[in-house]
Parts: sequence; structure tokens; C-alpha cells
Amino acid sequence: MEATPQAPSPLEETQRSGLALGLVVWVFSLLGVLGALYARWAWTPHSVTVEGASIQHLFDVILAIILVAFVLVHLLLGYFIVRYRARGSESALYFPHHTALEVTYTAVPAVVMVALSVAGILLWSRVHAAPPPDAFVVEVRGEQFGWSARYPGPDGKLGRVDNRIQRPFNVDPEDPAGRDDVTSPEIYLVVNRPNRILLRTRDVQHSFWVPAFRLKKDLLPGATTELVLTPTQRGEFDLACAELCGVGHYTMAGKVRVVTQQEFDRWLRQQGRR
Amino acid sequence: MAAAAEARVHAEVHRESFWTRYVFSQDHKVIGLQYLLTSLFMALVGGALAMVFRTQLAWPQAGVLKADQYLAAVSMHGTIMIFFVLTPALLGGFANFLVPLKIGARDMAFPFVNMLSYWVFALSIVPLVASFFVPGGPLNAGWTAYPPLSALPQAAPGSGLGQTLWLLSIAIFCVSSLLGSLNYITTILVMRTRGMSLLRMPLTVWGIFVAAVLALLTFPVLMAAGILLLFDRLAGTSFFVPAGLVVGGQVIQHTGGNPLLWQHLFWFFGHPEVYIVILPPMGIVSDVIANFARKPVFGYPAMVASMLAIGILSFLVWGHHMFVSGMHPLLGTGFAVTTLLIAVPSAVKTFNWLATLWRGKLYYSTAMLFALGFVSLFVAGGLTGIHLGNAPVDIPLHDTYYVVGHFHLVMGTAAVFGIFAGIYFWFPKMFGRLLDEGLGRVHFWLTLVGVYGTFFPMYYLGMAGMHRRIYDYRAFPFLSHLQPLQVFITLSAFLIFAGGLVLAYNMLRSLAAGRPADPNPWRGTTLEWSTKSPPPHHNWHGEVPEVYRGPYEYSVPGASQDYLPQWEPQPAGVRAGH
Repeated sequence: MEATPQAPSPLEETQRSGLALGLVVWVFSLLGVLGALYARWAWTPHSVTVEGASIQHLFDVILAIILVAFVLVHLLLGYFIVRYRARGSESALYFPHHTALEVTYTAVPAVVMVALSVAGILLWSRVHAAPPPDAFVVEVRGEQFGWSARYPGPDGKLGRVDNRIQRPFNVDPEDPAGRDDVTSPEIYLVVNRPNRILLRTRDVQHSFWVPAFRLKKDLLPGATTELVLTPTQRGEFDLACAELCGVGHYTMAGKVRVVTQQEFDRWLRQQGRR
Repeated sequence: MAAAAEARVHAEVHRESFWTRYVFSQDHKVIGLQYLLTSLFMALVGGALAMVFRTQLAWPQAGVLKADQYLAAVSMHGTIMIFFVLTPALLGGFANFLVPLKIGARDMAFPFVNMLSYWVFALSIVPLVASFFVPGGPLNAGWTAYPPLSALPQAAPGSGLGQTLWLLSIAIFCVSSLLGSLNYITTILVMRTRGMSLLRMPLTVWGIFVAAVLALLTFPVLMAAGILLLFDRLAGTSFFVPAGLVVGGQVIQHTGGNPLLWQHLFWFFGHPEVYIVILPPMGIVSDVIANFARKPVFGYPAMVASMLAIGILSFLVWGHHMFVSGMHPLLGTGFAVTTLLIAVPSAVKTFNWLATLWRGKLYYSTAMLFALGFVSLFVAGGLTGIHLGNAPVDIPLHDTYYVVGHFHLVMGTAAVFGIFAGIYFWFPKMFGRLLDEGLGRVHFWLTLVGVYGTFFPMYYLGMAGMHRRIYDYRAFPFLSHLQPLQVFITLSAFLIFAGGLVLAYNMLRSLAAGRPADPNPWRGTTLEWSTKSPPPHHNWHGEVPEVYRGPYEYSVPGASQDYLPQWEPQPAGVRAGH
């Protein structure tokens, strides 16, 4: 139990220079930040929905905050590593507490987190607001391993479905609302108006993920989930299944076509004629 | 009484055979090493799986794996790393080896239960490994095993016997974890030596204590969920499978279940689990940084309080895994707030580590390098939690590589860095020999550069929208142009694995021919350094030491040396520590 130091201990023989680590910490944080800015600028899809743009905006605000915090911590960490390496007989400072410092660095993150929580909650409730009754309605169905869509006909209503019924899209023939439904492998949305996407799965979980919308929602077996969004740009956008759904998960690629109301109406009439 | 204990100790030492000493041992140190070495072996298995599926992702045209093999590999990688590496290395390896030595106890409270916990753990590996050899292979459903994919054999090749064996393995593992946590909690609460008040415990012990409480309260929930899923699979119940599903053209007969129930139960366990594997490393890193900065851990009471705060909050955040799952949006609001609050104690810990380094006298042993790496990774991974915890911002990021990068940095590799720091720090105590520092530095640099290069670019993939668990991304136009980044990630991952092999070599070499260690090679202050390296059976020859001060009295003004061990009576002329 004797603790008096003998000849040089492994402690005293360990490496003293922190230069390499300090530099790597700095270089890494610099590269990390540059990479993040580049990925944000070059690779993040430009949002083509109203909701996605708001989400992307909050993402950017938080990105700025965390990059500053990230750089700050790594600057300090790298500096301390280089500066405070063990040297000669100089001893460390006995510094176990400092109440004012500790209160400050508890309070500042707390205030930031409360502010971000409030911003997040407000946006969250906007994204989940009830859709207006005149929203464009489409049902998107996922199954192993593909997507299809159903649009209400002139009655504006989607008919009941039951996966066990052996008919196109499993529409129940007993339900008059379903008789004029139009089913298609093509997913259309209408630009510049609220779209209500009803999501349904035949089998396991899937997730409706359109990177350019900055929005996704799971398809939940036994229930219908929904995504409400307002596209702001016409075009064809990549769709992917973002929830592991089996061996063909990686093949569940699709397209969502955002068109004008006239274009959609024309397309729907053509479907009816077939 | 002490004399009687001594006599008992003596008698037991003489009774031991090879089998009771090294195999069915009830000595916490042997059990700790059994856990640790088993975990490190499993890390090689889990790591090798990652090397294979990373190869697939870098060069999908080569097709080294088939699609179902890819899913099996990622599912088993996650399962092995969480359940069979991180959890048992920390709440098994380090907890067993360190708790009695650090609190001044001769062994755990229930040595027989302790032995049982290891052997039940070893048993749980059997069905897991067996699942590689059954028709259909191991589970395909990911380590989170969401039903109905995991409930219905028609849904995927791995949802057959492989999935059943996985559930069996996890259920057995839960039993082992319960036996272990009960033991750590009891031992820490009732077996501390004289003078070892709760607020004189090293932070490693605090981290293990809070983690053990979380494990005790959450593993039963996972076990219950797993058994319910087994019933759904084998006994025709419908806890998680709703009516009216058609899988592979086959109408499923289940009725009335709800797949969200599984997600709630799983994540009620799953989120505390990430703190189960990060709290003990937080403690280890605090011990190591104080030791090699020759400074008290800055703000010790705040460090304890933040561990408790993280522990409590961890029970209230599970829904942040389910923001887009279809649960009621109102729940998302609450879970977002609790999740963001966890950033506060996490920030306090980070600033306290920095303040501990400030004006320290830093020695860069390999243990210290890994501890400093931990701080960097914890920050690099933790900060993006502010994105992911903020419910609306999570919508585009959920189930993308943004999440993969986040958790691999903040609780995957950070916890691994904590484990590595602990191995280099305590190896001399475990085996009486030091690890080679030169090889240690090779291991450190390979791992650090590999980890940064592997997981930081995953954030960029996530920003680009790359979703998880896809075998081949070339079907997605928004991803196919990023293949060069995939190659970069895979090459970086190879460095991590190479580092692991260096560690394995260093351990084997040092066991045989490492430099012999005295009782206190690092000039530490806590009780494990007061006894021989390795410690004798029942830890101390003679009396268990008494504790006179807090755990981190380094560089106390007026002291003759730069550390005051917990077990040394107050020297004259030195002001009292807490």
C-alpha cells in the first residue's frame, strides 16, 4: 500500500507532446465543417414543398449553431492538448470547482435548447395541421416491393378497401364510393395547393420518402397514415422506401410527379376512358 | 470479524481448482475478464461483418453479398455490437472488474449470481451464432426487428428460424443482464468500505451505477416484448400483427395487433440502452483524464448530477425514434422537448472535461489519447442530436445515414473509445503487465482517423437523403453519384478494423512479455491502485483500505507529491479534500 514514487513510473515515461493530436483535432474540425457546408450546398436537395422549406430553414439555423459549438469545443480541445502538455516540474492547477462558470455553461445551453424546442414545436404543429377540406387527395399504397396510387373519381371519395379482396387495389365492390376510383402505378400531386397523401400498406412497414420534399412518413400496417404538403414546383421527384421492408427494400424506388391542376385533370380523364 | 474473514479468504484460496478459478469462477475479477474478452472477440465478429457489408456498399457492382445476406449482415452487426460488445464489455467486463476494487469490497454482493450472469450471457450467444447456419440465415429485420417484418416468416428469408433464434438469444441475454445489474446496484449500495461515501465514489462507479439502474428497469421490457413477439410467431397470438395483411400473396390470419406497440416497447428499452453503454465510458474517461491531466475532475458534483439527470431523462425520450412512425403528433411534441433537454447535462459534462484539461499537466498515454478522442467523438456525434431530437427537423433525417453517423459517433465509437481507454488504463491492474505504448499509439491513430473518415461523411450522405439499410443504392438517382464517398467511407472503416487487430496483437504480446507493472503504475488515487497488480483473490492482503478523501485529489497545494490517494491518511500541512 506504499505509494511513494519509485524510479520513473510508466506515467513519467509516457509521451509528452500533444502536437500531433492537437493539430489533428483542429484539422478534423475544419474539414468536418467544410464538408458539412459543401454537403448542405451541393448535395442536399432543394426543397420543393412549403413545409419542407420551413423544415430546411430550421435545419439550417440549428446547423449554424452546432457548427459554431463544434468548432469552439475543438479549438479549445486542440489548444489545451498542445498548450498544457506536461513540462518539467511545473504542476497542474488545483481547480475542482467554479460555481459561476458552471452555472453559465449550464444556463446557456438550457436557454438555447428551450428556444429551439419552442421553434420546433411551433413548426411541428404547422406541419401536422389538419388539411383543408378541399385539399387534393391521393392514396399511396406500398407493398413488397413497389408503389401505386388511387385517386377519388368525380364523387371525391375513396372507397373502402380490404387487402383480402381479389380486385385491383383491393377495392370493396360493395362500397359505392369506390366504383369511380382511379388506380394507377403513377403518383401525381398537384402544385401550389395542399395535397393530402393517405398512406397505406398491404404487408409490412414502409416509409414514403421524397428527398426533394424534405418529408417522410411511415406506412403503418393496420392503419392509414397521412402526409399533408403543398408542392411549390412542377416536376418529377425521386421516391424511396425509407423503412426496412424486406429483401427488395433497395428496389422500392419510384417517382412522384407534381403537375398543374389542368394537367392532372386531363390525365385523370384519360384514365377514365381506358 | 476481520480475522474470521481472513481465515475464510485463506481457506477459499486453497480450495480452488483450475475449473473454479478460471472457468466457473466466482471471483469478480475473473468474471470481469471473461466478459471483457468475450466482448472483444464478439467485436471482431461484428467488425468483420461491417467490413463485408461496407465492401458491398463501396463496390455494389461486385456483389460480394446477396440482398438477404446484406440485411442479415447489418442486422447481426447491430445486434452484436449493442448486445454482445458494448453492453457486456461495460456492464459486465469493467463493472465486474472495477466495482469491488474501486469501492473497497472483497467481491460482489452475490458471487454465485455473478458467475451465473456470465454463463447465461455465454449461453445467449449460442442461438445467435446458430442462426448463421439455419435455412434462411439470420434475421433480416434489422437490430430493431420491427414486426410485422420480423413476425411473419413469409416476409423475408431471415424472418424464419433465424428470427426465432434471435429472439431467443435476446431473451436469454436479458436474464443475464438482470442478474448482473442487480449485483452491481447491491454491491455499490451496501458494500463500500469505511469512508467511501457516495460522493467519494469515482465517476466510473457512478456511471456503472446509473447504467445498472437503467438496465434493471428496461431490460425486462425488452424481454417481455421479445416473448410477446415469440408468441406471435410461434403460438398464433396477435400482439403486433394487425388484421388484413397480405404478404407474398398469402392472407395473414392474425387479427387485432398493433405494430406500434413493438416500437414503443422496444424503444422504451432502446433509448435508455444507449445511455447504458455511454454512462460507464463517461465515468472511465473522467477517471483517465483526471489521472493524466494530474487534476481533479472539474465540477465533480455536477458530473454526478448530470449522470443522474441523463439517467432520469433517458426514460422519457423513447418516442424520438418514432416521430414519423404514425404515432399521434401530440406525442412528438413532448418527446422533442425531453430529448432536447438531455443536451444540457451532456453539454455540462463536455465543458467539465475541457475545464479539467485547462492548466493541467497532460501526459499522453494511449489511455489518455483515447479519452481525448472520446470527448471529440461525443461532441461530433452529440451535436447532431439537436437536429434529430427536434421533431420537425427529424422528418427528413429519420432513417437516413444522418442517424447512422450520429449514433455511431456519439454512442458507438465514443463508447468504444471509452472501452479502449479503460483497457490501456487498467490492463496492468488486470494482468500485472503494461500494454505496449508504441503499438497503442498505432492502434489509436488508425482508429481515430478511421472513425472520423467513416462516420463524418455519413452525415453528408444523410443530408443528401440516403436512407438506411439499402443493399444497392444505384436504383436511386439522388444517390448513385455519391459512390466515391462510399468508397472513402469503406477504406476508412478498414483502418478501424486494422486498429482492432493491432490491439489484439498488443494484448496477446503484452500478456506474455509486457513490462511488469507495480501496484500503481499511473500514480492514480483510487482504491484499485492500492493493491497488487493483479490483485489477489479477495482483492487485498490484510485489511480492506479505509477511504479518507474524494477520488481525484491530484496536484493538491502543499502536498509532497502530485496525488493524494484515497486510502492514505491526511498528511500534515495539506488542506482537506472533499
